[in-house]
Amino acid sequence: MGSVSQLFFDAASLGGIYALAALGIALIFGVMNLVNFAHGEYITFCVFALIIPSTDATAHLLLGRAPAIVLVPAILMVGGGLAVMSEALIFRRLRNATPVTMMIASFALGFVLRYALLAAYGGRPKAISLWPGLNTPVELLGASVPLLQLIVIGITVAILGVLFGLLKHTRLGLEMRAAAENFTMARMLGVKANRVITGAFAISGALAAAVALILVTQTGVADVRMGGPVMLVAFIATVIGGMGSLPGAVAAGFLLGAASVILQAFLPLEARPFRDAFLYSLVIGCLLLRPQGLFALSGAKPRV
Amino acid sequence: MHTHTQTRLRSYSTPLLLSLSLLALTVLAVGLGDKALARAMAEMLIRVTLVVALWIFVGNSGVISFGHAGYMCIGAYMSAWLTLKPTMKALLLPGLPDWLAQAQWPVFPAALAGGTLAAAVGLLSGAAILRLSGIAASIATFAFLAIVNTVYSNWEDVTGATSSVVGLPRYVDAWVALAWSVAAILVASLYANSGSGLALRATREDEVAAQSSGIDMYRHRLLSLVISAFFTGVAGALLGHFIGVLNPDSFYLGLTFIALAMLVVGGIGSLTGAVAGVVVLSVAIEVLVRLEQGFDLGDAHLAIPNGTQEIVIGMAMIVILILRPSGLTGGREWTLSRRLFQTKGRPKQA
Repeated sequence: MGSVSQLFFDAASLGGIYALAALGIALIFGVMNLVNFAHGEYITFCVFALIIPSTDATAHLLLGRAPAIVLVPAILMVGGGLAVMSEALIFRRLRNATPVTMMIASFALGFVLRYALLAAYGGRPKAISLWPGLNTPVELLGASVPLLQLIVIGITVAILGVLFGLLKHTRLGLEMRAAAENFTMARMLGVKANRVITGAFAISGALAAAVALILVTQTGVADVRMGGPVMLVAFIATVIGGMGSLPGAVAAGFLLGAASVILQAFLPLEARPFRDAFLYSLVIGCLLLRPQGLFALSGAKPRV
Repeated sequence: MHTHTQTRLRSYSTPLLLSLSLLALTVLAVGLGDKALARAMAEMLIRVTLVVALWIFVGNSGVISFGHAGYMCIGAYMSAWLTLKPTMKALLLPGLPDWLAQAQWPVFPAALAGGTLAAAVGLLSGAAILRLSGIAASIATFAFLAIVNTVYSNWEDVTGATSSVVGLPRYVDAWVALAWSVAAILVASLYANSGSGLALRATREDEVAAQSSGIDMYRHRLLSLVISAFFTGVAGALLGHFIGVLNPDSFYLGLTFIALAMLVVGGIGSLTGAVAGVVVLSVAIEVLVRLEQGFDLGDAHLAIPNGTQEIVIGMAMIVILILRPSGLTGGREWTLSRRLFQTKGRPKQA
């Protein structure tokens, strides 16, 4: 019982991180068909926004020193601001380009951001202790769970709830869903493209910031490479979930978190370092069975 | 006016012109006698092999692949396994199967073997990945790259994991790299102008129309990926034997980015673009790297900060994508003047 609930909490908290990241990617793909390869670097950027730029081995907190009530909105704004800025400077100019061109541009943007961070902060991972109290274990259902895991699960559910409320019940949300369904048609019916796209980027960047806060509290380090692996899993989640389907992305994020935790628990010891290879092979296998994704939209295929 | 035969003949002047200009550049660089310049030239020619190989798949199919660094990694390690001294392998890589541990092949068949293994993996991975539609396939190639990197950085006994494999025979100079890049250019051009290549380019322009004209997109994509993976594997073997040291992380995102940047800057649509992109960006990288190392001006040592190279290249790529989305060459090929192939009438300059 204990180990089953332990697995459940691990899977739910890891899956929550993947789901939030996947949602950020799927939102942008939905409104402008952009596969945003810079998303991982948004996450890393937000982590580093917590500390003072220097190449020292120890981290001195900058934003991180502020109390949580200031820090959380500030960092969400940093993420959202970065995303909105990259849209205004780069992706707006590529709006009529092919999805492939936009994808490569985002890849280049991610690369620029990563090397800018490397130049400012150096390549060595730095220890950060942000809210260390959150890693104290709590006994729950026979499992000893770090408090943070419970908070992550809670926050993920809360964010998903707020977001779905936003999408279902506000005008911006309605416009976004319409744009994801059929962008040309939505514009003809009076949906303002700039408003919707900027909104999507702002939410996506804020989601990246949320992932950054969770990651940094969980691992206690700031590393230039920490956004990449999360982004990769999130991408795969959006593909498995069916490109552009928001509920699909969330479900697939949780699915990948669960698969990852289960593989970690049940693979023989000598095969564990290869966990990610098994995970991605499973993913490719899954795509062979359902190339359009598990939760594909009916309108996902272009009509001729 | 020109006939079909004339057009076909003209299209074969492209690899000729490209190979001759690479030859001229090599003669110039090696002839100047500067060792650093000759090495930079060899490195550039290895990149030509890689980017032309990448173009065979990406340029003709229009599907972006992030997985080619993986094929390169596979080719590089295969060639290393076959050429390292058995005594060294017993020490560094005890997990190799017997026949590999004992093998000591000459370098040329080892490079071919590297390419062949990469092509075989290309066939297997492509059979799965290419069933997906364009964008999803691109993301799946990313997953493939991550699989290769995870396996090669953790398989301690066989790949040496993150502690590098050292002691590869360093036989690759500018001439060896030139020979392979010319071979890649010739095959790329032959493929692009073959029935399969033309069919594949039709699917790039309009997937639906091509498929409804009876083109089996999956088969042609797979064929081009296998050819592409072969030369990518060879480029990996060349890079390994050029540097002499192998590390799985040198075949990861950095290399993927540089190769794609070169392809995009030159122009994905044409073979000329692939080669031109490598030349332009290699020169830019060389200049920036030298600036990063710094130079002495009077008493002062001037240098630009590390990492500037990557940032500048990345920004150049974004600017080019915005201003000239189809690259410097705009998808056109460099061919001999149309007049040479014409019997009458003045042509309009293309």
